[in-house]
Amino acid sequence: MRGFLGKRLLQVLPTLLLVSVLVFCLQQLMPGDPALVLAGEDHDPKVVAQIRNELWLDRPLAVQYAHWIGNVVQGDLGFSWRIRQPVLDLVETKLPVTLQLGGMAFVIALCIGIPMGVLSAVQRNTKWDYIANAIGLAGLSTPNFWLGIMLILLVSVDLGWLPPSGYVPLTENWQQSLATTIMPAFVLGNAIAAVLMRHTRSAMLTALDQDYVRTARAKGLSETRVVLRHALRNALVPVVTLGALELGTLLAGAVLTEQVFSIPGFGKLIVDAVFNRDYPVVQGVVLVTATLYVLLNLLADVLYVVINPRMRGA
Amino acid sequence: MSATLTQTGHTATPAIPAPQSPGRLAVRRFVRRPAAVIGLVVVVVFITVAAAAPLVAPFDPIKTSWTLIRKAPSWANWMGTDESGRDVLSRVIWGARASMMAGVVSVAIAAGIGVPAGLAAGFLGGRTDMLLSRVVDAMLAIPNLILAIALAAFLGPSLENAMIAIGVTAAPVFMRVARGATMDVITNDYVEAARALGNPPWRVMLKHVAPNILPPVLVQSTLAIAGAIIAEAALSFLGLGQQPPAPSWGSMLNSAQRFLSQAPWLAIFPGAAIFLCVMSFNLVGDGLRDALDPRGK
Repeated sequence: MRGFLGKRLLQVLPTLLLVSVLVFCLQQLMPGDPALVLAGEDHDPKVVAQIRNELWLDRPLAVQYAHWIGNVVQGDLGFSWRIRQPVLDLVETKLPVTLQLGGMAFVIALCIGIPMGVLSAVQRNTKWDYIANAIGLAGLSTPNFWLGIMLILLVSVDLGWLPPSGYVPLTENWQQSLATTIMPAFVLGNAIAAVLMRHTRSAMLTALDQDYVRTARAKGLSETRVVLRHALRNALVPVVTLGALELGTLLAGAVLTEQVFSIPGFGKLIVDAVFNRDYPVVQGVVLVTATLYVLLNLLADVLYVVINPRMRGA
Repeated sequence: MSATLTQTGHTATPAIPAPQSPGRLAVRRFVRRPAAVIGLVVVVVFITVAAAAPLVAPFDPIKTSWTLIRKAPSWANWMGTDESGRDVLSRVIWGARASMMAGVVSVAIAAGIGVPAGLAAGFLGGRTDMLLSRVVDAMLAIPNLILAIALAAFLGPSLENAMIAIGVTAAPVFMRVARGATMDVITNDYVEAARALGNPPWRVMLKHVAPNILPPVLVQSTLAIAGAIIAEAALSFLGLGQQPPAPSWGSMLNSAQRFLSQAPWLAIFPGAAIFLCVMSFNLVGDGLRDALDPRGK
């Protein structure tokens, strides 16, 4: 297990290094000179020169990268040009909001996707299978921002059951917090539920064909017990790890969901930064998202080994 | 197949059915799936409507009319009018053009980068493979919408830049698909034979390997078009794609948000168009996957 962890960590490091190069290169795509953008309309040559010097823009690219990554490693993601705050502080404020939303969305996705996948596999080639597959395909094909708008129209505007937008922190008022996040979480979890449903169906079909399931049936166990205690338990191993990989989709989906529901999270931070041309924030958010995603993938791999005893010796 | 009598009266051996080409077999398997066929028909309708938008759209999609602001669907305006009095149906039809173009161009960019890279990585192996795979791992580590937003932000908001951003972010998946298919194809005897005949490596790669990795690339392309249409709509929804007043499904949804209670049709129709179009491409993609690779069914 330790060897496996060490090996995976060694693979993660070059990936993170390359991610940092890609994120750094993003700035080079920016049209025009960042120093001119920051210097305001006057473009005073002295100010421009000073900004260039402060931001290391007058050094070669490799030196700029080394300076930037050196700061990043020490936890300095730069300084927001617009909000005049360290990017790391902004990330620390907004990330918990997105993590709460993403966590709820993942739970909702599990609660919908796994039972639907089981039903679809158990009732293979019946109308229940076709219905579950159709719902899964619809879930994959629905843009989450449109689903969000439609739910606001139905649940908030027509029925008046939930607030259409806004966010209340969990620590402030948990009921209000749930009321403001349940709809966005459902929207965010919808596409993941469809993916989980497909994975569960496929894993369950394989599990139901195995000898141990046949043996369990031959022993006279009830079908429910065979499905839930024998087939599902084994089918869940790949589903849990594949599901963990979908956490990256959650982070990306949060950008749009937070925009639709005006939730002041990580996704809204990047969109606002894009429109304010606050490039250090854009870079910082992309870097943190990618690092989180890589670490979640690592966690998924470790989880797979932990819950699958056959992999431990590998 | 029953035995037949020849003219001389001898009993002929049972006729062996003529071997069918893999392409024909795939088409037969595809048409046996009604959902895929329906999906294909809808995709063809969308492409036709997008291509013939100037002829099909009943009104000018950007012409405003202050007397027709936010009119509900009627016989005159089947999908109603928007906040500037523009006909929603005409904008949905012209929006199909932006979406289809974004889907096709982005996937062409993605395949143009990813397939040669994957082919080279799979065929050459060694350091080339290691280097390209690490770059792909790094790109895949950034959730693609976030990378597309960042790219579109740094390149500047426009439909062209959105297509480039979507294409670049989709390229790693094509690279992986092409690499995997290449590694599978090069184990075949005909590739070994082509090498043994003294063909130079580039010729083996382009003439013998490249054509045989096309089926999985084709399936990936169809599914990627669906993803690209959603991504373009998402970027336009955020204001990073098609710029107003040019119509796009995503930007229409963005402006519809402000009038949700007064004019819900502004949100319903463009969203339904995205849903229908994406679902059709997904159905075609699923159908193609089953038709071209029945083992993976």
